[in-house]
Amino acid sequence: MTAFFQNLGLPFEGAWLLSTIIGILVIALPLMLAVAMIIYADRKIWAAMALRRGPNVVGPFGLLQSFADGAKVFLQETIIPSAANRTLFLIAPIITFTVALMAWAVIPFQVGVVLANINVGLLYILAISSLGVYGVVLSGWASNSKYPFYSAIRASAQMISYEVSIGFILITVVLWAGSFNISAIVESQKGYYGFLNGNGFNPLLFPMAIMFLISAMAETARAPFDLTEAESELVAGYQTEYSSMAFALFWLGEYANVILMCALNAILFWGGYLPPIDWAPLYYVPGIIWLFAKIFFFFFVFSWVKATVPRYRYDQLMRLGWKIFLPTSLLFVFLVSGFLMFTRYGGAQ
Amino acid sequence: MIHVLAFYLFAAIVVCSGALTILSRNPVHSVLWLILAFFNAAGLMVLLGAEFIAMLLVIVYVGAVAVLFLFVVMMLDIDFAELRAGFVDYLPFGLLIALVLLAEIVLGIGLWSAGPIELAQRAAPVNPELSNIQAIGALLYTRYIFLFEAAGIVLLVAMIGAIVLTHRARSGVRGQNIARQNRRRPEDAVRNVNQPVGQGVEL
Repeated sequence: MTAFFQNLGLPFEGAWLLSTIIGILVIALPLMLAVAMIIYADRKIWAAMALRRGPNVVGPFGLLQSFADGAKVFLQETIIPSAANRTLFLIAPIITFTVALMAWAVIPFQVGVVLANINVGLLYILAISSLGVYGVVLSGWASNSKYPFYSAIRASAQMISYEVSIGFILITVVLWAGSFNISAIVESQKGYYGFLNGNGFNPLLFPMAIMFLISAMAETARAPFDLTEAESELVAGYQTEYSSMAFALFWLGEYANVILMCALNAILFWGGYLPPIDWAPLYYVPGIIWLFAKIFFFFFVFSWVKATVPRYRYDQLMRLGWKIFLPTSLLFVFLVSGFLMFTRYGGAQ
Repeated sequence: MIHVLAFYLFAAIVVCSGALTILSRNPVHSVLWLILAFFNAAGLMVLLGAEFIAMLLVIVYVGAVAVLFLFVVMMLDIDFAELRAGFVDYLPFGLLIALVLLAEIVLGIGLWSAGPIELAQRAAPVNPELSNIQAIGALLYTRYIFLFEAAGIVLLVAMIGAIVLTHRARSGVRGQNIARQNRRRPEDAVRNVNQPVGQGVEL
């Protein structure tokens, strides 16, 4: 696209800036639409599992429910508690929302279709997701209220704990792919046993795929790990004092993060935009459709878990993160690097 | 053009937020300004072409170290008047430290740009095909392997030291037996009793 604007007579830098801004809009606006629709899908899936109908009034099959909710929230009054720290109280939801959008810059949607094809893509995602904790911590502190503060402390402890094991899980994938570039990681998953695409079919990486799925649920504070907003203990967690658009930004950011984690599952372990089977006719289907199908599948798994699994106790959550996931992922880093050392890199010398 | 603009933007924000880290009255705000400074320093690293270092800076300092700072500071019971009281007393000492650091930086850069040791290395061409991570890895795991491992051991010792210092064995704590909790089934825990009226249940 940069070349297109250059042909129109713009200098290179102007053309680059313009095309990048257009690229950002092309990703961010459909993402917002996707968030609205995925909230609808989420509610429909829970409803089906609880033998209810779910949203079915606004629009055909209730499809416009999320937009009605959005309009309602938009028209509400923004209430700022008088004892709150005003600036930080308002900045916190903005941080959550912005950070949730930023990570999408390095996600490849198709061969070569990626906003920023940087060679430290995976590290970028780790860096950005480690920023996400600030939105939660700041909202909890700035609210100047008891329950949001408890929730913020819980949330940050939880996010930091699971980031550690996620880091090790990512390292196994990076070792296998030999690159931090996400497009290269996707391409490296071609042709397992000659016909399958996806690291998940690799017996050494399959356990990592499962652990990543669970860690992703903990990282995004989805049920069964939604201790940050455990209603019976903490009212509504760090969002308790928020209303109107500030509240909606948390909501949108949370779901954008959930979709991102589903996308990462698809990209790192199940071949991203590649078809699951390495068979020529399947490549005629555009890669973006494969990616979206995989994202939606993982989103369904997330909803399914949320609808059926009871909430963890806090000590169980910490035990799972530190005493089970951390040692196991460390062991797999060891196994994968050892395996690669003896096969790909020519044995111990 | 964009490079220059980006450089001045990042640099200005680093300097301003560094100053505000010291000047702001609320310690939580100080930590937040510090985080902003880290983040923009990472931006400067990206401009230099050191994207790996930039990402590490964000992951380690912003994602882990600053979160712990923020944690500690948030839990404090802050007395602003007391905090402000020592400002003038500590000012000369602070200025002295700042001067020493400035002198060291000037000396360091001066020696680096004129020193004979590094000159040969800087003259050697860097392979442009090699990515940041590969270049650092190739140096770290060959030439500096012992220093790298020594740093690892120092960190390990520090971690064990911190645990030893803060750990205290408490008596009379009932630990959880996770295996027993997981083994428990509804049949072991719940019993249906059809009790006649007027009689208690035998447990």
